[in-house]
Amino acid sequence: MAALASALFAAAFFTGPALAAAEVVIKHQSWTFSGPFGTYDNQQLQRGYQVYREVCSGCHSMNYVAFRNLYEKGGPEFSEDEVKALAAQFEVIDGPNEDGDMFERPARPSDRFPAPFANAAAAKASNNGALPPDFSLIAKARAVSRGFPTFVFDIFTQYQEGGPDYIYSLLTGYAEGSDTEPNDEGVYANHSFIAGKAIAMAPPLSDGLVTYAQNGDEDPDNDLPETVDQYAKDVVSFLMWAAEPHLEARKAMGLKVMIFLFIFAGLLFYSKKKVWAGIAH
Amino acid sequence: MSGPSSYNPKTGFGRWIDVRLPLPRLMYDSFIAYPVPRNLNYTYTFGSILSVMLVAQILTGVVLAMHYTANTELAFASTEHIMRNVNYGWLLRYMHGVGGSMFFLAVYIHILRGLYYGSYKDPREVLWILGVIIFLLMMATAFMGYVLPWGQMSFWAATVITNLFSAFPLIGEAVVSWLWGGFSVDNPTLNRFFSLHYLLPFMIVGVVILHVWALHVSGQTNPTGISVKSEQDTVRFTPYATIKDIFATVLFFIVFAYFIFYQPNYLGHPDNYIEANPLVTPTHIVPEWYFLPFYAILRAVPSKLGGVMLMFGAIAVLFVVPWLDTSKVRSAVYRPLFKQFFWILVGVCILLGWLGSKPPEGGYLIATRIATVWYFFHFIILLPLLGLFETPTPRPASISESVLGEDGDSHGDSDPGGGAQPAGAAASPQSKG
Repeated sequence: MAALASALFAAAFFTGPALAAAEVVIKHQSWTFSGPFGTYDNQQLQRGYQVYREVCSGCHSMNYVAFRNLYEKGGPEFSEDEVKALAAQFEVIDGPNEDGDMFERPARPSDRFPAPFANAAAAKASNNGALPPDFSLIAKARAVSRGFPTFVFDIFTQYQEGGPDYIYSLLTGYAEGSDTEPNDEGVYANHSFIAGKAIAMAPPLSDGLVTYAQNGDEDPDNDLPETVDQYAKDVVSFLMWAAEPHLEARKAMGLKVMIFLFIFAGLLFYSKKKVWAGIAH
Repeated sequence: MSGPSSYNPKTGFGRWIDVRLPLPRLMYDSFIAYPVPRNLNYTYTFGSILSVMLVAQILTGVVLAMHYTANTELAFASTEHIMRNVNYGWLLRYMHGVGGSMFFLAVYIHILRGLYYGSYKDPREVLWILGVIIFLLMMATAFMGYVLPWGQMSFWAATVITNLFSAFPLIGEAVVSWLWGGFSVDNPTLNRFFSLHYLLPFMIVGVVILHVWALHVSGQTNPTGISVKSEQDTVRFTPYATIKDIFATVLFFIVFAYFIFYQPNYLGHPDNYIEANPLVTPTHIVPEWYFLPFYAILRAVPSKLGGVMLMFGAIAVLFVVPWLDTSKVRSAVYRPLFKQFFWILVGVCILLGWLGSKPPEGGYLIATRIATVWYFFHFIILLPLLGLFETPTPRPASISESVLGEDGDSHGDSDPGGGAQPAGAAASPQSKG
């Protein structure tokens, strides 16, 4: 058991920018996908896709996600027709055709999300030298050091939402008042950024920026506030799905496996007792 | 060992095979009739757990290898392809990654058990050495496996660790270029790491076979450290040890499954979900948790060569433990001083693990140096001296005596006189009425 304790001790010391981690402000949210029975909220993921599409995709690629993932189970679960329509809004390069030329065609569900820039150099040139990271895995590629003994408790509370909490905090962490103006170095103050006091990205979200599709329908009961907080929650949930599309299947299978193993262990325990019943040991 | 084989094939086919290739006889002698001490506790089940984990890693690894591409342009993408597109690819990947950690958890418990109960002592020195060889092969396999997804930590851990070999005078730089297949960690490195990562587990299988063979020559130790004196001390492997091993394995699987399904990335590092970039160095480069104690020792001294020698020395010292420990008493149960120092060593190893995740500066560096000194002090100075000066507590005359007590009171439920055979009628496979 000493080795287990060793595992607990050493494992979760995220040594990302640990020096800045002490000052990074993290606002923990309750996510629909957290905990052993967590699931994604389809509607939330659809809203999150809308925010990504209208706000983020101008600079941030999502190279590993394909349009067809949007109608697969455990995700936003758009209908196939909706996905065909969404995909067709984009042009992708295909070819060569019979003449040997490359040509453009509307995207199909089997295509991946097209990237906003042709390559990293183009992305940096359009963003003052800063490279907007790809979003396919960003919710799993970020975390903040939790410190002892929290990281031990995390094993039992199943806290895996360090990435989502961080990204939410970053999106809502821009300094009050100065949030549309860069400072002298051309960067924006943000108290949740792990790599420094200010970030090169201008605040991407503002109230009323995206008009949710569900706010435009006839039912006023499902209207949601179009605030930065709501946008941040929705897009972060979408990013978590993009990083971990099989989360629901994983947790569902986990439940079956754990029940099976516990019952099996119980049967084996009593079998062991029976086998050893007459034996001094 | 138990002497001549008691296998008696009952079927015609059984006799036919026995004359030509007596594999069933070998299996019977090794895993059914093989006598084990009756007083083994659950720390002795980890050998079996390790065998199961080795098979699990090989099976999941072979299937993963069907979908993975070991080229720097494609490795990260192929790993994501496995996670997203391959049917149950996410499950295979998490089983293999978490499985590696579980493998090391089990091996550390297994090694600590050996250190505590004196399993390395005469006549089991070769058994122990084979075990340390397996441990070394495991470390090499795990290191190369971690490079394969080609994340930031994969790349930079590979860079740091391969650069260590340049510390050796004269030949160092040449060795490193040869390892890399170039002038830095790049495609040739990744490709050969994939090849070797596929190869080494099968070498581990070979050494495990030798390890189990060596074990079966001498037989198991037991918590008292007293050798087996008569048949009364032992029970047949099947069903007694078998059922305990299976039960312990399922308990281990519960922990394994918990991490796979509910915390698959807990033991990993988020930076490895960022594709490798030779131009961007992570703020802190750290290996997986099971390497952290050695990483701490490596960085304890300012000299590169010194750090490398100490790190390899920390494992090399394990090879000679059978000769460093001079005590005639095998088990820590009867060695009160050794027992205390054993637990201090465990604490020091855990401390070194935690320190390995911290930057080597200030208070952390001082603590690392003290812990490193203590680690070597324990093996090189303490173990020899303890054997000479410690007063052990009285040992029982035999395993049976320790189990039964001196006047025949048994810990078991009924008459223990059955020796190697089950005494309870309900448990006996042979009694019919």
